[in-house]
Amino acid sequence: MNSSQLLGISTLGFLMASALYIGALIFRARIAGLIASGVTLLTFIILTIGIGLRWQESYQMGFGHAPLSNMYESLVFFSWSIVIFYLILELKFKNRILGAFAIPFAFVGMAYASFAKGINQEISPLIPALQSNWLIAHVITCFIGYAAFAVACGLGVMYLLKSSNQGRKTALIASLPKLKIIDDIIHKTIIFGFLWLSAGIITGAIWANSAWGTYWSWDPKETWSLITWFVYAATLHARFTRGWTGKRIAWLAILGFLSVIFTYFGVNFLLAGLHSYGSS
Amino acid sequence: MKKKKNVFVSFFSSVKLTLFVLFMLAIFSIVGTVIPQNKPAEFYVKMYGDNMARLFQALDVPDMYSSWWFSGLMTLLCVNMIVCIFQRFPNAWRLITMDNLQTKLERLEKMGQRWISSSSLSVDATAANLKNILVKKGWHTVERRADNSVLLFAQKGRWSRLGVYIFHVSILIIFVGAMIGSIWGYKAGVRIPETTSTDTIYHFGDGKPIKLDFKVLCKHFKLTYYENGAPREFRSDLVIIKDGKEVAAKSIVVNDPMTYGGLTFYQSSYEAYQKMLIRLTNNDTGVSKEFLVRPGEEIPWPREDISFGIINKKATPVPGHFDYKIWVNDKKAEADTFWMEEDSTTSFTRPGAKYTISMKEFYATGLQVTKDPGVWCVYAGCVIMILSLIVAFFMSHRRIWVHVSETGEGSRILVSGMSNKNRVGFAHSFDALVNIIKKDILDNS
Ligand code: HEM
Repeated sequence: MNSSQLLGISTLGFLMASALYIGALIFRARIAGLIASGVTLLTFIILTIGIGLRWQESYQMGFGHAPLSNMYESLVFFSWSIVIFYLILELKFKNRILGAFAIPFAFVGMAYASFAKGINQEISPLIPALQSNWLIAHVITCFIGYAAFAVACGLGVMYLLKSSNQGRKTALIASLPKLKIIDDIIHKTIIFGFLWLSAGIITGAIWANSAWGTYWSWDPKETWSLITWFVYAATLHARFTRGWTGKRIAWLAILGFLSVIFTYFGVNFLLAGLHSYGSS
Repeated sequence: MKKKKNVFVSFFSSVKLTLFVLFMLAIFSIVGTVIPQNKPAEFYVKMYGDNMARLFQALDVPDMYSSWWFSGLMTLLCVNMIVCIFQRFPNAWRLITMDNLQTKLERLEKMGQRWISSSSLSVDATAANLKNILVKKGWHTVERRADNSVLLFAQKGRWSRLGVYIFHVSILIIFVGAMIGSIWGYKAGVRIPETTSTDTIYHFGDGKPIKLDFKVLCKHFKLTYYENGAPREFRSDLVIIKDGKEVAAKSIVVNDPMTYGGLTFYQSSYEAYQKMLIRLTNNDTGVSKEFLVRPGEEIPWPREDISFGIINKKATPVPGHFDYKIWVNDKKAEADTFWMEEDSTTSFTRPGAKYTISMKEFYATGLQVTKDPGVWCVYAGCVIMILSLIVAFFMSHRRIWVHVSETGEGSRILVSGMSNKNRVGFAHSFDALVNIIKKDILDNS
C-alpha cells in the first residue's frame, strides 16, 4: 500500500458517502444515513493514514516535509478538514442531513486534486522559500477556515432550498432541520471560519516577512484573502449589528465561499503572483 | 444612548457605513489584483491603450494600494471604528462594572431565563442553601438583604465584553505598526561577493546608496541542489564588523534572516561569476592564501614560487556540481595534474613542500535589507487580534440572580439569568442549575 492508493480509495469513499448522504436525504432513509456516516468515518481514517504515509514517503525520498506544500497536497488537506469539521458538526448537532451538503465538497476537492489537468501529484522537494514552519502553520490555519466556509456554504444552500419550498410540505423539505437551527449553525460555522482565516492571514504574513522581508505586499493571493476576510467581516457585522439573519446570511455564506474559491483557484489560474507555486 | 446626536458622530458611528466601506474595500481591492501593479508606464500603454493608461495614471491605478482614494477608504474605516468604539464603549463599561444588586425586581420577573418556586423554609435558610449550591457550581455570589427578602447575584465572564473592543483596537494597532514601517522603514538591497565586505546598501525605490555604521562580510555563499536539479538551499555566512571587530555572525538561508542594528538581512538572490575560489595552504609553514581563478588562467603565487590553474571541467552525477582538473607547477619537477571535486579539499606534494588545496565556485550573495521598526507593533496587534477574537466569539457575560422573599408559609424563590451571547448554551446551563436547586428543595422539604 502506498499513499497514492490510499488517497485514491478515499476519493471513491467520499463519492460513496456523498451518494449515500444525498440518498438518505431524498428518500428519507435512516439506514442510508447511518451507512453514510460509517463510510465517511472509515474513509476519513483511510485518508488520514494516506496523508501520514505520504509524509513518511517524503522522508524516505530524502527531503521530508509535511504534505502541505503544493496544490495537490493542500486540496487533500482541504478535503480532510471539511470531513473532520463535518464529523464534529454531525456529532454536536446530531444531524446526518448536513452531510449531503458537506461531504460532496470533500469529494469534489479530492476528485479535483486527482483528476484535474496541471496538478502535480508527485512528492517533490521544497524550494528554499517554502522551507518554513510558518508555511505549515499558514496552510493548516487557512484550510481549517476554508473547510468551515465550505460547510457554511453548503448549509446556506440547504437554507435557501428549505426556505424557498416552505409552502410545499414535501418529505424532502420536511426532513431538513428547522430554518432557525440551520441559520444558527451557519452563523457559528462562519465565526469559527473567520477566526481561522484571521490566523491564516497572520501566519501567512509572518511567513512572507521571514522569507521576503515584507509581511504584506498586496500580491493577488494576499489581497484576495483579505477580500474574503472583508466579506465575512461584513457578514458578521450585518448579523451582529443590523440583525440580518436567514436568507441574506445564507446568500452571504455562499458569496463568501465563492471568494474563497477564487482566492484559491482563480488567483492561481487567472492572476499571477508570489504564490504561483500553488499551481504546480 | 443620548437623545441629541451630533450629525458627524451619527454618520461616523453607523454600522451601515462600516458595511459600505468593507464592501467597497473588497470591490476596489479586486481592481488591483486584475490590473498588474507597479509596472513601468509603457506596460499600461501597451496593455490598455493610451487613453486608458492616462486615466489609470490619473487615478493612481498602477499603484492603487497606496493611492489617495484607497488610503482614504482605509482611513474612513479607521475613523468609523474609532468613533464607534468611543460611542459604544461607555455602555459596555457600565455593563461590566455596574452593581447588579440594584436590578429592579420587575426586570428579574421578565428575564429570558427564569424559574419560580417556593420552599417551606425561612427566607434566610433558603437563601443560605441556594448560596451554597451556587458557590459549589462556581458562581460566587454577592447579596443584598431587605426587610423580608434576600437578593443573591453572581456573574461569570463580565470582562469578555471587552473582547470585541480590543479586537477593533487590534486592527488599529496593526495600522499603526504599518504606518511606523512606512514612515521610518525602508527596503534596500546589496550584492556582496564572497570573502568581501561592504558598508553600503542601495535603496530599492531610487537606488540611492545608504551608508551603514558597520560592515557586512559575506564569508561564504553556498548553493546546493536536490537530485532532480531543483535548488535546495542558498546559504550565506554573514559577519558583522563594527570598528574593526567582529560583533555578530550568522549563517542565513531563505526564511531565516539575520537581524543587526535594526536592519534585517534576507537571502534573496545570488550571482555566479564563472570563477573558482581556491585556497592553497603550505602544510609545513601554515601559510595560506585565497585566489580567484578563471578556468584556463595560470595563477602565480610568488611567495611560494608556485603557479597553478584549472585546465578542465566535467559534470558529476550531482546536478550543478562539477569536477575540475588542476594543474600545478613550481619549476622544481614535472608539473602535476589531478582531478578534484568542487567544494572539497585535497592535498598534493611538491619537492618544496606539501600543500592543501580547497576549491569552491565563486559567488556573490544577493541580500535584501529591510528596516521596519513597526513590525513588532504589527505582530503585537496580530496576537491581540487572535486572542480578542477568541474572547469575543467564544466567551460570554453570564449573570444569575436569585431572589428569595417571604410568603406566609415559607419563601418564594425566583431564579433569573441572562447571557449576552450564546443564549442556547446558557439556557442549558441555567436548566441544569435549576434542576440541582429543585432537587435540593425536595430534599429539604
Ligand atoms: C470600521 C469600522 C468598524 C466599526 C464601526 C465596527 C463596529 C462593530 C460593532 C458595533 C460591533 C458589534 C459589537 C457588539 O455587538 O458587541 C462589531 C462587531 C464585530 N466587528 Fe466590527 N467594526 C468595524 C470594523 C471592523 C472590521 C474592519 C472588522 C474586521 C474584520 C470588524 C470585525 C468585527 C467582528 C468580528 C465583530 C463581532 C464580534 C462580536 O460581537 O462577537 N469590525 N463591530
